Amino acid sequence: MPREFTPKVVTGNALIEGDVIYQTADDGWTRNLSEAELLTDEAEARLRLLMAEGQPDQVVGPYLADARPGASGPEPTHFREAFRRTGPSNYFHGKQAELG
Amino acid sequence: MYDYTDFDAAFVATRNRQFRQQVERRIAGALTEDEFKPLRLMNGLYLQLHAYMLRVAIPYGTLGSRQMRKLAEIADRWDKGYGHFTTRQNIQYNWPKLSDVPDMLDALAEVNMHAIQTSGNTIRNVTADHFAGAAADEVADPRPVAELIRQWSTDHPEFQFLPRKFKIAVSGATQDRAVTRAHDIGLQIVERDREIGYAVIVGGGLGRTPMIGKVINDFVSQADLLPYLEAVVSVWNLLGRRDNKYKSRIKITVHEHGIDDIRARVGERFKVIRPTFSGIDLALFDEIKAAFAPPAFREGSTAIYETAYKTDPIFRAWADTNLAPHRAPGYAIVQISLKAHGATPGDATAGQMRVMADLAERFGHDELRISHEQNVILPHVHKSDLPELHAELKKHGLATANIGLISDIIACPGMDYCALATARSIPVAQQIATRFDELKLEHEIGDLKIKISGCINACGHHHVGHIGILGLDRAGVENYQITLGGDHTQDAAIGERTGPGFAYDEIIPAIERIVYAYLDLRESPEESFLATYRRIGMAPFKAALYEKAEAYAAE
Repeated sequence: MPREFTPKVVTGNALIEGDVIYQTADDGWTRNLSEAELLTDEAEARLRLLMAEGQPDQVVGPYLADARPGASGPEPTHFREAFRRTGPSNYFHGKQAELG
Repeated sequence: MYDYTDFDAAFVATRNRQFRQQVERRIAGALTEDEFKPLRLMNGLYLQLHAYMLRVAIPYGTLGSRQMRKLAEIADRWDKGYGHFTTRQNIQYNWPKLSDVPDMLDALAEVNMHAIQTSGNTIRNVTADHFAGAAADEVADPRPVAELIRQWSTDHPEFQFLPRKFKIAVSGATQDRAVTRAHDIGLQIVERDREIGYAVIVGGGLGRTPMIGKVINDFVSQADLLPYLEAVVSVWNLLGRRDNKYKSRIKITVHEHGIDDIRARVGERFKVIRPTFSGIDLALFDEIKAAFAPPAFREGSTAIYETAYKTDPIFRAWADTNLAPHRAPGYAIVQISLKAHGATPGDATAGQMRVMADLAERFGHDELRISHEQNVILPHVHKSDLPELHAELKKHGLATANIGLISDIIACPGMDYCALATARSIPVAQQIATRFDELKLEHEIGDLKIKISGCINACGHHHVGHIGILGLDRAGVENYQITLGGDHTQDAAIGERTGPGFAYDEIIPAIERIVYAYLDLRESPEESFLATYRRIGMAPFKAALYEKAEAYAAE
């Protein structure tokens, strides 16, 4: 049986800064996961990823990452994506500092 | 210290110009990421979890004050004010912007440094004993031959697209401080009939399939060394598995073919290659050796040191752990710990880098070394300068007296920075160091090496840690496996796995149980953890680790 599709966000790294970015519903990119577009339909997710792959001037290595709906936007379901969202745990100078 | 020749400088400048153009073309959209990625990797530039990472080579771990100050300047100007020293004697900057990297490389070139071949499937930065040129147990300084190998291997046309990365380490002392037995090639300088030569060890390596290297030749003369190395790499380049990256390293080739078969093939290849070496490498070697002439050691009283040692317990504690015997009378090797309790192993701020550069200039004949254990060494300090040096180190958080102790942990960047990692390493190291500092047991425990990797690639050398910790992803949760009994020295051994792993919040108590078991089981305070383990084996530690955990869980 095919595996059930779980919600995703399109993510990758910004070309110049290298930091983690997420695709938004208005075809842009954000540094903040809570502002990302949560994709619940598999076909739509594939299309959105294709669109990201067509923007090599903005994003490097885009992929679909698991996420779940939260009180204020998508939230990570795996610890790797949780660290990507916040920044390193040894210094408070990654995204956690920028996002307050 | 080796200074670039005009040829070296022109070579690096050309590479930097090429890379600047490649970056510009990538940003302008003329190169795709697929086209650009191998080019950036050839210049040490990775894209990691949160940002780009630039890995800069510190060949054989040696640098001078001017170079250290430049590393500090780069950290301040283009990064977040610090750098991370690695187990292969590199420095990594974790936050550069792509558009800034060409300027960073130009800044490095100003002080004879670069990032060439610090990534990719090529011969990587050649590493060496961090006490080179200073150690009391040294047969010969390993740095001249390491520099010769660097020049031979840099941009070597046959070795730019090897089956996998290839790592060479050189030791010139009886005590192996360069982990030569866990490298693709380890060179041990030996003396036979008053001639200096090299024992060549091949097929060591950690990672997914850890192996201790095997001696392929117990004596290769200086004249034959480069052609012999070329023969080894050439044979592996042909035989090495390109169909499966997990089986591509030379350790697998040696394992699959057997050391005798590889030795025979290398011997045949050597016969072909040897005549192509005209001897110019020997002339070059003599020039390089002259560049590594020892500094003019001074003679003088060490009474100030002896008085401070007797009267100042803090100085004495530091001297007991952080100094090593020097070959010159009245001198000591100073190890500066980058492992302050709770700090990130191997990190130094730009300010600390400048302090160490100043101290090397004032007290250390302008020489610094980076150790594979992620500390900084001042190799030549007269003992009379040690009290003043220690006072300066204290002012800048660099006088932690813990070299070789439980908090002197090797930890790879782990999932806090590395795109390959499967779990975090740094916070585990920070918590262990903090915990045993709170318990005030560190000196009681004595010599104990904990090494932590955040994935199977084993950049944290966990396989050869007395206690090794490997972070993995188990069903979406960080999980840590423990190994015991590893050893990175000339008696190299791969640690044995204790059993099931531990969750992130269980790993520190688990390490505590092992250490308390050791304190109970050792015959005397002089018996080290490793000696105790070798005497009694795994079983008592396993019992302490798992049975006590079950008892706590049942309560």
